Order: sequence, then structure tokens, then C-alpha cells
Amino acid sequence: MRYSDDHVLLHTQRDTRISRFNAWVVFLVPLAAILFQVYIPLFFQFLAYLELPLIVTVYFALMRRSPIGGLLVGAIVGLAQDSLSKNPLGMFGITKTIIGYVAASVGQRLDVDHPLIRLILGFFFFVFHQFIFWVLSRALLGQQMNFETQRTLVLGLLNAIVAVSLFHFLDKLKDRT
Amino acid sequence: MDTLLNRYRNVTVLLLVIFAQLILLAYQVKNDKDVRLIRLAAVTAVTPLARTIETVRGGTDGFLQNYVLLKDARSENGRLRSELGKLKLENQFLRTELATADRAKALSVFEAHSPSKMVAARVIATATGASASAVFVDRGSTAGVEKGMAVVTPDGIVGKVLASYPTASQVLLATDPGFAAGVVSQKNHVRGILKGLGHGTCRVDYVQNEEKVEMGEWFYTSGDDRIFPKGMQVGQVTVARAGNPFQEITLDPIGLANGVEEVLIVLEGVHQQIPEFKTAAQPMYLSPPVPGAAREAPTAPTGGPKSAPGLTTDADKITTRYRELGEEQGHKFGENPPGSKPADFNLEPKGGDKPATPQSKPPSPPPVPPQ
Repeated sequence: MRYSDDHVLLHTQRDTRISRFNAWVVFLVPLAAILFQVYIPLFFQFLAYLELPLIVTVYFALMRRSPIGGLLVGAIVGLAQDSLSKNPLGMFGITKTIIGYVAASVGQRLDVDHPLIRLILGFFFFVFHQFIFWVLSRALLGQQMNFETQRTLVLGLLNAIVAVSLFHFLDKLKDRT
Repeated sequence: MDTLLNRYRNVTVLLLVIFAQLILLAYQVKNDKDVRLIRLAAVTAVTPLARTIETVRGGTDGFLQNYVLLKDARSENGRLRSELGKLKLENQFLRTELATADRAKALSVFEAHSPSKMVAARVIATATGASASAVFVDRGSTAGVEKGMAVVTPDGIVGKVLASYPTASQVLLATDPGFAAGVVSQKNHVRGILKGLGHGTCRVDYVQNEEKVEMGEWFYTSGDDRIFPKGMQVGQVTVARAGNPFQEITLDPIGLANGVEEVLIVLEGVHQQIPEFKTAAQPMYLSPPVPGAAREAPTAPTGGPKSAPGLTTDADKITTRYRELGEEQGHKFGENPPGSKPADFNLEPKGGDKPATPQSKPPSPPPVPPQ
């Protein structure tokens, strides 16, 4: 399949069609992503760097193409993640709210079914997520954290690759009716 | 106004949601309080699921492993396959049982020998976040666990309870940058504060450069933090060097060395003594006696302190001399009443050895003729 530049940007109303999901998908997929993050690293520590809740948030925001829907998904997933972390509630919440909003806004303008676009967006949103979290940690909590650029870029790439595969799988859960 | 709100509806909602979360965050940070209800709901929803998954995983893993082993045995030897399979199955089962029993036994032995009151717990999940140094254990407030309690293993400290929920508790690991505990070194009794570094190691802060900390030295909890009872192992120093303004001391927390599966939560801590540092007995070399020195050295009389030939010391010589002088003058050591005449130890002994004197004077230099 070959994608030209014309297909990257959306022009027609038909192109901007909203993907719909069953309620159980919207509930269970983020829950599974959070469960993955709290359980799997017990056995495979390197998988702790996989931000599945973020990937899922980005996916639903991109596909729904609704900024309000995206930010609400982000806020709920973020707060759930916060409540299982050692951070005060709201750190992941605010971060993912912004991510959800931006992702949905991007989804309105780009062809998010394009694998290359998905890869780039996966990478961008991971780095953006880490950056917002770092800013909030320093500004709101006064934590002297370092922003490890190289590490973040490498992890961003790994997360983007996983995101492309996961998006492909989640596409199959779309409501076709 | 309506048009304006409709036009900027998305941004307005975004700002409202962020603002609400900022208020939530500010409340927690300012009052140092947690919004327990939300966390309680999330933990209560997730930890039973994690526990169920862990149980299913354990069962499935055991079944699959045993099945694979049995299958391999069949392919290897058809005649003995049933017997071999049975034995392997049994072996696997026993190994698992033994491993579990060993861990449980180690915990129970430690629990029994430790004066502190403890409760055993199992790690069932990790906390969210890429660099999370926190885990969930399957004992909560119903088992008497409270926030701030120490979490240890027989090897050393693990962390402390960050939050306690009915079904589970969140434990902050010692490697987390937010972790701190009072520690003291075993050998030189240097006190410091243990802090996590975010990865596998910890550092000990606030140790003056003048204080002596050696590589490989053990650190124990000092009990100053009122979380960990005094005398629990922490780890061995891997790096110790002068820094500014304090020493840079890094150590590996021994309690986290082999991963954390089963832990003990200290319900009521009892301070213990830090074991004394024992210097290993080092072998000492003694060179052979100087030839001729043995001749000069007086031999110890019968009944006196026995000394090895060739190993007579100055103290031995003086003791022998005093004894001889005492015998010559009829002085009995330890039996003379007060007021009796003491022996004169300034005399030369008659029959005893004399201190070695030069046999002959060195040749005097020839007279220098006047110029």
C-alpha cells in the first residue's frame, strides 16, 4: 500500500469519520493497559517502560476525533494510573488530559490510519507526555528530576513501535455497525 | 456569550478539567493529605484482579511446565515415559514445594527469631509509572498494616508502607528517590541517611568527609527514623569517596538484591544491637631466631614461665634475673609480710647469666701523627 502526501492530511467530511467502539472495549482496554503496567513488570522488569495507558489514551483520542472525549479518556486513565502510583492524584491525570486533547485535535487533521503517522505520533506523544510530567514534577511538586533526553527518545521509539502494533489490533475492536 | 462558549467549548472544558485536577493536586500537596477515596476505589478494583491473575498464572505455569517436561520425557524414552513423567512431575512439584517452603521457612525462622512483631506478605503488583519504585503487597489494613510501617526480608530492609488499603498495601522501595532511613555503619559507627537513587542502588547522605567509611563495610538501620527498628541489615558499601560537602557513599540494598517476592511487614518494631565488627584473625609471620641470639638468651628456670627456646624476650630476661636475685637473698615472692626487708634487685646475680657485654673493645684507631 502506498500513501501519498495527499492522504496524510484530511480534506473531506468522509475522511474525518469517527470510529466508534463498544462500551466494554472503552472500559476494558484501558483497564487491561493499567493491569499490564502494574503486573507484568513483576516478571519482566524492562516492560515497566512500556506506557500502555498512554498508548491506549492516544488511540481512543485519535480515533474518536473529539477533543472533549479525548481529554476525558485521558483524565480518567491518568487518575486511575495516579491512584496506583506513589504520586499525588492529578500528576498523570493532568498530563494525560493534555495528551488526550492534543491527540484528538491532531486526529481531526491527520489521517491517523497511516502507519507512519501512527509511528510518528506514538513517538511524539510519548516524549510530550514525559516532558509534561517532568515539568509538572518540577513546578508543582518541587522534585529535582532530570529530563533524560536520550533515554526518553529511545523509549519513545520503542513505545511508538508497540503503539503501531497495538493500534492495528485495536482497529479490529471497532464497532462496524 | 453563548456563541463564545460554543466556539471555545473544547478549550473551556480542557481548562476546567485541568483546573479541577490542579485544585486536587494543590489540596494534597498543601495539606499533605491523600484523597483516599479515589485511591481506595482503584486499589480495591485492581489488586484483587492482580491477585487472581497471579493465582491463575501460578497454576497455569505449573501445569504447562509439568506438561512440557512430561512430553519431553515421552519423546526421549517411550518405554519409561510414564514412570519418568511421573517422577519428573513429582520432582517438579517437590522442587516448587521446597522452594516455597525454603522461602517460607526463612521468613518464619526470621520472624520467630526477631523480637519484632511481623506479618508476612507477598508482592502482587508494581505501581504505575515508568520509574516506579513501589509495589503492592497482599496484606492491608485488615491484617493490621498501617502507613509508615517498615518492610523487610531476612536479608535486609526492603522499604516502607506508603499507603494501606483493606486488601493491599503500597510499599515504597528503598531504591526510590523519595525513600529515606537512618543508618549506621557497623565498624566505625558512622551515622547517615539512606536515600534511593531511582535505580538499583542507594546512597548514604550527610556523612562528613572526616568520618571513616570503608569499602565493603556494612550499614545497619540506626532506629533514628522511628520506622525501622535498630540493627537491621541495609547493605554493603560499594563506593566511598570524599565529596563536597559530604562523602559520596553508595551501597547495594541487600534486601532487594534478588528481587522481592515475599516480605515481612514490621507491625511492632523492637530495637536490636548492631553486631560487633569482628576483625578476621590474620596469620602473622615470625622469622627464625637470629643465630647466636639463642646462646645469649638466658634459659627459663624449671617451674618458671616456660618460654620457647630462641623466643626469650626482655621481659623474660628481667623476670629470670629478679627470680635469681630473690633466691640468692632468700626472698620469697608474694610471701613477705609488710615491713620485712625487701630484696635488693640492684645487685648483680652471682650464678646467673649476665647481660651480654662486648667481649672485646673495638680496635682503637691509630694515633694520628701531629702535622
